[in-house]
Amino acid sequence: MAATERHLRRRRHRDDPHRPSSAPHPPATGAVLSFSGVEMRYSATDVALDHVSFDIFPGEFVFLVGHSGSGKSTAMKLLIKELEPTDGEIRVAGRDLQRIPRARVPYYRRNLGVIFQDYKLLPNRTVYENVAYALQVTGGTRREIREKVPDILRLTGLSLKLHSYPDQLSGGEQQRVSVARAFVNHPPLLLADEPTGNLDPETSIGIMQLLYRINRTGTTVVVATHDVAMVDRMRRRVIELAEGRVVRDELAGGYAARREETTQEFGARLWGEIE
Amino acid sequence: MSFGFFLREAIRALKRNAVPSFAALATTLVTVLLLGVFIPMVQATTGAANEVRSKIIINVFMKTDAKQADVDRVQKLIETQVPHVGKVTFVSKKQALARQREAGRGDFYDLLGSNPLPDTFRISPDDPENITAIRDALAPAKASGGRGVADEAIDEVRDRKEDTATLLSVTRVVKLTTALLAGLLIIASVLLIANTIRLSLYARRREVEVMKLVGATDWFIRWPFVLEGVIVGALGGVLAVLLLGVVKVAVVDPLAADFALIAAPDTMNFPLLIALLLFASVAVSAVGSGISLRRFLRV
Repeated sequence: MAATERHLRRRRHRDDPHRPSSAPHPPATGAVLSFSGVEMRYSATDVALDHVSFDIFPGEFVFLVGHSGSGKSTAMKLLIKELEPTDGEIRVAGRDLQRIPRARVPYYRRNLGVIFQDYKLLPNRTVYENVAYALQVTGGTRREIREKVPDILRLTGLSLKLHSYPDQLSGGEQQRVSVARAFVNHPPLLLADEPTGNLDPETSIGIMQLLYRINRTGTTVVVATHDVAMVDRMRRRVIELAEGRVVRDELAGGYAARREETTQEFGARLWGEIE
Repeated sequence: MSFGFFLREAIRALKRNAVPSFAALATTLVTVLLLGVFIPMVQATTGAANEVRSKIIINVFMKTDAKQADVDRVQKLIETQVPHVGKVTFVSKKQALARQREAGRGDFYDLLGSNPLPDTFRISPDDPENITAIRDALAPAKASGGRGVADEAIDEVRDRKEDTATLLSVTRVVKLTTALLAGLLIIASVLLIANTIRLSLYARRREVEVMKLVGATDWFIRWPFVLEGVIVGALGGVLAVLLLGVVKVAVVDPLAADFALIAAPDTMNFPLLIALLLFASVAVSAVGSGISLRRFLRV
């Protein structure tokens, strides 16, 4: 994929890809998402993120890993502008998040797909209505909704569950609905906070496969997870946080050398390694 | 697209949250009903009280030997020097006697052979509270105690002190009590409605949170809630007004013929009352749901 190659070339140009990134640095040009010297304190002694810096480039599939309390979720909350950092700068698609006024936050969020551990579906709407809501919010016409929603539900394998309510679905299916909702607008950046946290390993692979398929359409995907086994199998870029600092930022398992896989191959490999 | 969408969302929410919606509707209904009964009641009471208060007067009795010049002088004095005078009527000796005859006491005066009744000025104050000011002007207190008179032709100034005092205190109590009750009722209904709305919103705070995360603007989330409030308020108001209408036709109108209080002149007319109640119920619930939502919009 062109975007990935471009990104790899850029990475090679930079001095040290594994540099301990507590020193503030200017955001790299072309990064879809960049943290520079971001600090988040909940109180004087409670530091969730301690001058974290990293860049993520278009088309990347990045894992944000760490034990609970390492600051993953805080980073995610900063990205959806639910929280404001106490120091440092976060840029998404070149835009400084701090400069987005409160009233513009909803418009900013429409450029993000967000997936949560607890799915966050609207409980009194069907699968179809849940996904359609994301389009209605942006002022999508009825025609647009009729075209796009069945499409995305086919992609996520929910064509037969259109009129089910969330509580009639399994955990995996609910998470697929939330992926469908996150992706129906085709956002350039997809954030997933522990998307497989409540799911069994088999179902998790299905979700990861889905995220990989979305990534292959050119969407940048950032997944926060503590599922180390899954991360190792996926062999994608991994940014590890510990006590609010970046302790590892590397391309796990020789990802750079590996040729592009199709989604089927990718899935087959995951399944192969689980058995 | 938009308004239809918001309306559909509001109706969907009403159906899905039937019980809280019904509670809100019932609260609005009861409140509007109470207000609808209370407003005319307060008006009737104040109307009656005002009527009583308007009967408060001061009598200025002239000396029996007062000449026409004296009468004119005193009239001028009352009209120019005395503050807070509302209306002055002059009752001459002859008129006073004629009134006594009308009252059937003519024989007694015929027996006397002369007319002992004095010329009298009846002064009603511009406001019943000012009656003491008028008395003080006409009959200033003397240094030695007791009262003198402002003009030598005046025999006595009488303000029916006891009647006045009781009337004033009674009407004041009535006014205060009704104002207090009305205030309490309004506070209670506002709290009730706000609480009902907050409860139904609290049940849906997760929904609001999800909407925000998907990128819905505050007003996109708020409109369905506001419309929901309008629908609930309007329904509650209409039902209450219908009930009021039935009660008016069935109970109050037949009674009005017999009771002076209900037919008091100052009572607001019914259509205006209805319009006011409907407007209040719709506005309170719409604004209430819009404002209560603020808390949950901060995601």
